[in-house]
Amino acid sequence: MSDIPSELKYSKEHEWVRIDDDGKAIVGITDHAQELLGDMVYVELPEVGDNVATEDETGVVESVKAASDIYAPVSGEIIEVNEELADEPENINSEPYESGWLYKLDLANEADLDELLTADEYAELIADE
Amino acid sequence: MAKQTALYAIHQDSNAKIVDFGGWDMPLHYGSQIDEHHHVRQKAGMFDVSHMTTVDIEGPQAKEFLRHLLANDINKLAVPGKALYSGMLNETGGVIDDLITYYRGENSYRMVVNASTYEKDMVWLNKQIANFDASLVHREGLTTLAVQGPEARQAAMAAMSTTMAEKSAELGPFFCADVDGWFIARTGYTGEDGFEITLPDSAAEAYWNALLEQGVAPCGLGCRDTLRLEAGMNLYGSDMDESISPLEANMGWTVDLKDEQRDFIGRSAIEAEKAAGVKNKLVGLVLEGKGVLRSHQKVIIPGVGEGEITSGSFSPTLKVGIAMARVPTATADSALVEVRNKQLPVRVIKASFVRNGKQVF
Repeated sequence: MSDIPSELKYSKEHEWVRIDDDGKAIVGITDHAQELLGDMVYVELPEVGDNVATEDETGVVESVKAASDIYAPVSGEIIEVNEELADEPENINSEPYESGWLYKLDLANEADLDELLTADEYAELIADE
Repeated sequence: MAKQTALYAIHQDSNAKIVDFGGWDMPLHYGSQIDEHHHVRQKAGMFDVSHMTTVDIEGPQAKEFLRHLLANDINKLAVPGKALYSGMLNETGGVIDDLITYYRGENSYRMVVNASTYEKDMVWLNKQIANFDASLVHREGLTTLAVQGPEARQAAMAAMSTTMAEKSAELGPFFCADVDGWFIARTGYTGEDGFEITLPDSAAEAYWNALLEQGVAPCGLGCRDTLRLEAGMNLYGSDMDESISPLEANMGWTVDLKDEQRDFIGRSAIEAEKAAGVKNKLVGLVLEGKGVLRSHQKVIIPGVGEGEITSGSFSPTLKVGIAMARVPTATADSALVEVRNKQLPVRVIKASFVRNGKQVF
């Protein structure tokens, strides 16, 4: 059974969003997504300073099996990317919600968060797949 | 409804992720494809490959039939117990399937063909054998286990009866033996030493468990694919098919034209292709930077032309993107691969990356 932390928000494309203490949005892919993709071997992340809109392509995660696009779950400016993933992409498998985070955004529009799914709604979504 | 092997329940109990492969429910991995890959390169792993089709060919004209059917010459099998890799071609020289033929005894051969090509293979074989005094039997009720890795032979023998282990110990690479209803071949699809063992379904579970006790790790078809790619072994349907000649699929060495009297299917097409000049070749690619290569990506060879990746992945052993690609014959030692609108430089090498645990380029 996939881990779906209740305090996070989720996109239909299997990204999660966490709002940290200073109000920035941290983005990653869900436990369910990493399970489907399998062992991660390569990650392509956006550039710090990129301005992205919701559903823009913001990188790619590649497992041995397949490449999967990452879409921005919210709009804003990329302020930090997880550079450790360049050498340790497997962190996405082992800790998708912790060391496997992808990038941090300065939210352009806080209302974007309301468009995302709650943990319960996301659990329903993947149960239907 | 997909077919299941005799070990299906065991795979489920071992938390295998099951996928459809050629109409069979087969294990993709049992947790981590990469861990399984390393286990085979470093120790020993076992694969349930019972989905592959075992066909026995017997009769006074069994050899004549195979000399006509296969591009490689079965006459190379001078003594019983030897195996031969070959393409089975159509009249236009395309590859219907690639397979291993084992010489079991006088007038007795065994062929192992791909699962994904089972139906068309059987139609083709039945059509071709009609003109020969030989019979063809698709053997069912058999389990085939590939036990592969530097420690595989030792473990496989320790898990067998003493008689079988003694016979198995004598087998050289690409040799096989029939012992007490088991068929043991020193062949494989990983680039490591090991055996492919065909045994009655009724004995499969006990032998699987005995191998587990010897420390052999269950491995799925996922790592079987990355292992064979690292070893530079073709995958039917990806690296070649009925529209591709063996000469363009790195299988030229399996096309035996020496005996001019031997009229094998596809011969005239192959000879015409050779005379006109073979246009493409199957090569290995190694990505210079970070990333992963994937099948169907475009290969650009400046000043020469374009090609396409036929199999690509990430090499768990070498930790770089690797691929097999079909490119124009004039391609030298470098090229570019188009990955998401970027052109990434690759080294072009012979299609072989890892053998017996070591980098080979």
